[in-house]
Amino acid sequence: MGVKSIETRHHEERDAFFAGLRRLSRRSFVKLAGISAGAALARGVVWPHGFQLVEVAGADVGGAEPGGKGRPSFTFAYISDTHLYPRKLNDRFVRAILKAVDDVNSLDPQPDFVFFGGDLAQLGQTDELDLGNEILKTIKAPVKMMVGEHDWFFDMGEHWRGLFGPPQYSFDHKGVHFVTIMSVQEKDFWTARGMTPMQRMLTVAGLDNGLQSRFEVGEEGRRWLEDDLKKVDPKTPVVVFSHSPLYKYYRAWNFWTEDADEVQAILKRFDTVTVIHGHTHQLLTNHIGNISFHGMLSTAWPWPYAPEGLPKLTVQMNRADPFNQFDGCGDGTFGVSEGGLVDALYNLWDRNPVTVRASYVTSNGAKDAPPATKLASY
Amino acid sequence: MSRTSKVLLVSLPLLVLGGVTIARSGSQTPQHQLPESRDGNVVVGLCDGKTTAEIPGVKPGETPTREQAQAVSDTLMAEWRRKNPDAHWDDPSVKLAQAETGGAPGGAATGSEAPSGAAQPPPPHAPDAAAPETQEGHTYGAFTDRDQQIWQAATDRFVAEGKRIFHSADLLGGTIGVSCDMCHPDAANTHPETYPKFQVQFGRVALLRDMINWCIENPVRGKPLHDDDDRLKALEAYIIASRKGVPLDYGKH
Repeated sequence: MGVKSIETRHHEERDAFFAGLRRLSRRSFVKLAGISAGAALARGVVWPHGFQLVEVAGADVGGAEPGGKGRPSFTFAYISDTHLYPRKLNDRFVRAILKAVDDVNSLDPQPDFVFFGGDLAQLGQTDELDLGNEILKTIKAPVKMMVGEHDWFFDMGEHWRGLFGPPQYSFDHKGVHFVTIMSVQEKDFWTARGMTPMQRMLTVAGLDNGLQSRFEVGEEGRRWLEDDLKKVDPKTPVVVFSHSPLYKYYRAWNFWTEDADEVQAILKRFDTVTVIHGHTHQLLTNHIGNISFHGMLSTAWPWPYAPEGLPKLTVQMNRADPFNQFDGCGDGTFGVSEGGLVDALYNLWDRNPVTVRASYVTSNGAKDAPPATKLASY
Repeated sequence: MSRTSKVLLVSLPLLVLGGVTIARSGSQTPQHQLPESRDGNVVVGLCDGKTTAEIPGVKPGETPTREQAQAVSDTLMAEWRRKNPDAHWDDPSVKLAQAETGGAPGGAATGSEAPSGAAQPPPPHAPDAAAPETQEGHTYGAFTDRDQQIWQAATDRFVAEGKRIFHSADLLGGTIGVSCDMCHPDAANTHPETYPKFQVQFGRVALLRDMINWCIENPVRGKPLHDDDDRLKALEAYIIASRKGVPLDYGKH
């Protein structure tokens, strides 16, 4: 064990740095942070959560108006894709969701609510969903739930609905209309093959399992969405939550919604629409017409970028270190401006966070680009 | 065999007619029965299964010098070429063009169809009245489309077995329900073409199999596989097959 890897040295240095921090007053903390974090200080660095110096969303969000009036009128946080097995089988994913819960609970100021992005469970089992439910109860802010395919295809959502209610719902918050839709319906591939519920679940749980159907909102879901949006003024900012990306990224892995074009058409008459989705476990950005899209991070594992179809606007997050459970994973915060523009802060664990500003997305990449990728996909 | 005979492997692949079995530890590979030397010397067999020669003055259990080994190899090859005067044989001066043409455009062959590896059959080697004249009488080239299909099918089965293991926490010997595909769908981001390379986290140069075993021990929480384990070989086969066409680029970070 003579040679220390750069990882080991990095962790030792970091531990020493934070051990030092705990002994400091707030004033000298800022000084130390300034020395260590350099340029980040210029934008107002605080210490909200985790062990990284994090730019608070409130420090400089609403980027569409860099003049300054774009301060967020509110923020909400998210946790997504926790993929829990029972605790006895797998404590690793449990540790990860607990870390995310600590993160959101230590946000100061607290977010208006915490959104859960789906795939709470790995195989839709009662004990997995119950475990997740118990853990999410410890979140201080109100929690809004979304379903993922891993929660659904064992019992077709029965236990999940019992715990969390209908998968499609909407609410209004500080002038923004929020809609959560169920975008991971699949056409029946199991009956003809005589599959058991567990076989069906395992098929859907395999990202590269081509047996399953493609995700869709479906006719009924789209009709519900149309109905829900009927009463909403086109000037009202709309935020849509969906588990799968509401566009066509990579079909083979269901980074995809089969009826995405139809859903986008329903959203067309609104001035400002933001879609926030789970499932892809990576920093992901897209802009189609009036719609901005942001992917959420997973707490369990990062997915590699697909071999084709990556939206041009996406600045890839650096490849994850396989030797570090938490690298490439995380949670995040969204800052919503008065006009309903949404800045996405990716709180990547064990790395500097990345903010993808609304101004970057709505200018189609002309302004406020996030930091460039250092380690792109192979 | 009453005496130990050494079989020197010369660079001619062994021809096996009628099918190939999956590489399997401990399975029987065909043995070349060698005649005994009257003087009790070491007898060396060529991989055609027929040609033999002895190394004068070297007895079983003794190691020939490099010069003696080279001499017996040259003898065997000269004998083979004498017996096969029409055979096509590349002399050592011919340099192999490896990966220079860069493989398939676009690189990433990670589509869902990748593991089947159903490549287009190459032009036929068997004599065909309608086909233009090709060089014949060449042992190495004496195989048919059917042979190739059998070989391809055997290879595909091996790759498919690797895919099965890759997707199964149980077959990997995992204890926490995690399998390879959970982070590497279609073996994405396994980049076998970049090994060997210096793996910073190990502090040494690693091969693909080192990383496979690291993943089995850590995220998968199983026991590392022995170098000779069929599962490790099959996993390597699947991972490499998924990157068909990507140029080798060892050492890349």
